[in-house]
Amino acid sequence: MTGHRTLAEKIWQDHVVRPLDDGSDLLYVDLHVLHEVNTPRAFDDLRAAGRTVRRPDLTLAVEDHNTPTGEGGREDLAGRRQRDLIRANCAGSGIRLHRLGDPDQGIVHVVVPELGLARPGMTIVCCDSHTSTLGALGVLAFGIGTGQVEHVLATQTLPIHRPDDLAVEISGVLPDSATAKDLALALIARIGTGGGRGSVIEYRGEAVRALSVEARMTLCNMSVEAGSRAGLVAVDDATVHYLRTRTGARFTDAEPRWREMRSDDGARFDHVVHLDAAQVGPRVSWGTNPAQNLPLDGRAPSRSDCATEQEWATTQRSLAYMGLRPGQPMRDVEVDTVFVGSCTNGRIEDLRETASVLSGRKVADGVRMLIVAGSAAVRRQAVAEGLDRVFSVAGADFRPGAGCSMCCALNEDRLAPGERAASTSNRNFEGRQGKGSRTHLVSPRVAAATAVTGRITTPQDL
Amino acid sequence: MSTRSVRTGTAVPLRRDDVDTDQLSPARFVPYYRPDGFTNILFADWRTDPDFVLNQPQYQGASVLVAGHDFGTGSSRESAVWALQGAGFQVVVASGFGDIFRGNATTRGLWTVEVDHDVVERLWREVEADPWLPLVVDLTARRLGFGAGECPFRIDEPLRRRLLRPGDRIAETLLHLAEVEDYESRRVVP
Repeated sequence: MTGHRTLAEKIWQDHVVRPLDDGSDLLYVDLHVLHEVNTPRAFDDLRAAGRTVRRPDLTLAVEDHNTPTGEGGREDLAGRRQRDLIRANCAGSGIRLHRLGDPDQGIVHVVVPELGLARPGMTIVCCDSHTSTLGALGVLAFGIGTGQVEHVLATQTLPIHRPDDLAVEISGVLPDSATAKDLALALIARIGTGGGRGSVIEYRGEAVRALSVEARMTLCNMSVEAGSRAGLVAVDDATVHYLRTRTGARFTDAEPRWREMRSDDGARFDHVVHLDAAQVGPRVSWGTNPAQNLPLDGRAPSRSDCATEQEWATTQRSLAYMGLRPGQPMRDVEVDTVFVGSCTNGRIEDLRETASVLSGRKVADGVRMLIVAGSAAVRRQAVAEGLDRVFSVAGADFRPGAGCSMCCALNEDRLAPGERAASTSNRNFEGRQGKGSRTHLVSPRVAAATAVTGRITTPQDL
Repeated sequence: MSTRSVRTGTAVPLRRDDVDTDQLSPARFVPYYRPDGFTNILFADWRTDPDFVLNQPQYQGASVLVAGHDFGTGSSRESAVWALQGAGFQVVVASGFGDIFRGNATTRGLWTVEVDHDVVERLWREVEADPWLPLVVDLTARRLGFGAGECPFRIDEPLRRRLLRPGDRIAETLLHLAEVEDYESRRVVP
């Protein structure tokens, strides 16, 4: 049990209730997080089987995907129905719920760390693939499906097979022009949407150590876009400092245990990928999956960029959907909308970066810029720092509410068919931001610069 | 014809890689969950194209979907699985699956069969040449048969055993409730 263990292995072994006869483990869940979208059937099936929520005290729900973030009205009816369901389900089971209007409401993956509920060594699951975000705090956190939600509600455990360990070693110093979002996109472009399949990624190396805890959340968030259920970063001084600000006087004796949440020297990883941060600059997606991204200086791919006919066929499909020409310079691409927000880039540091670019500038005529805080707390902080005035003077729409907004097209914020956005979210799938929508994934800085010119732009271009 | 360990059916050749769960279950349908209400949402946006393969008459009634690499990436929405089952699919063959999707498929009894990409290419060609070609998926032998061809496929052992022995997983876990309670009594809250 001891020896040279990876961080994922340590957390896993600490949570095995019993090994199962099929080679998987019954894993204990320290915190189960719910949102309104993928949970109604879990509660229905639980009730139909005559079961109840076993540990409501270890369960937390937040309204985020369907919540409107604008001023009053324009409420999505399907969203309203889902909110009614989660309210009834939580009330009936004694589950704490942060509902729309609550000061602690926001996107689950933004709210949970803010409240000090994600701490090193924990296991956290949620009905949402971007639960991987919490790995930035040394938490083994991953998304599950509705049937698994029902299982965790009933038992506080999950039967699951232990994934492989994938070390992503990021050496070098990230240039000032690049961010954690660009690192994540560069990794996914390298290893593909299935590169991390079957593995937990541990992000390691000096470039990771140099990132703020919030930037590490951005990196871990997009692990799932590389095919991994979970991403992890070892605990260091930055993690402990972050946790202290979030947990206050609680857990004062936990720090030594938190600091053990790192892979032992000599721990063996099943797979290793090396990335040089110094080579990473601002990036932008050109296609319809997150691996289809390139340096912002680049051009949309042509036949000569594809190794096989199958790859070229896939590339042509993506280009056609995106309305791009082979070889088109990405800087020539004009957008209708800019969206800053989501569990990837909706935290206070993201809003500060956005404001630093927008300060003294204006959103281009004909461009709609939507800025949505990842949580009500992030929004309050932004207002306290005067970022709201910067956004307002620039002509951006800084929404009064917090939530998933235009990341997922599950609320009133959607793109129209054919509309094109630069977006700080995580997925550029066909129709992701509304039927027929076209999404270019970028960092908050590139999003802000793009809003100023109306075409894909870096702050250095301004 | 299907048994607990063998499923047989005709196939649809879906010549696409990276089929994400937003295509399997587009967001606008997700809030309208009803266990019986997911028959018309699979690939809803692609199906507006009359040339889309699922709209071709020769593939109606197929129960096996053959796709390229990284099938079911993206969101954890289990409705992606419900949508496939609602459209009559019992098996998906692909050269790789999203982890969460594959777990969800297993929960609901949809088989996910992983083969090398050259096998996928061959299946596409053979099914296009003969849309009535039956595919035989044998979970016990872990072999995929198609006409004169046959090949092994990959599936994690816990998933395979679960598919061969479906049942009330929660009831199985609750048999170990005393161990869960014992774990909780020893647990140090991180």
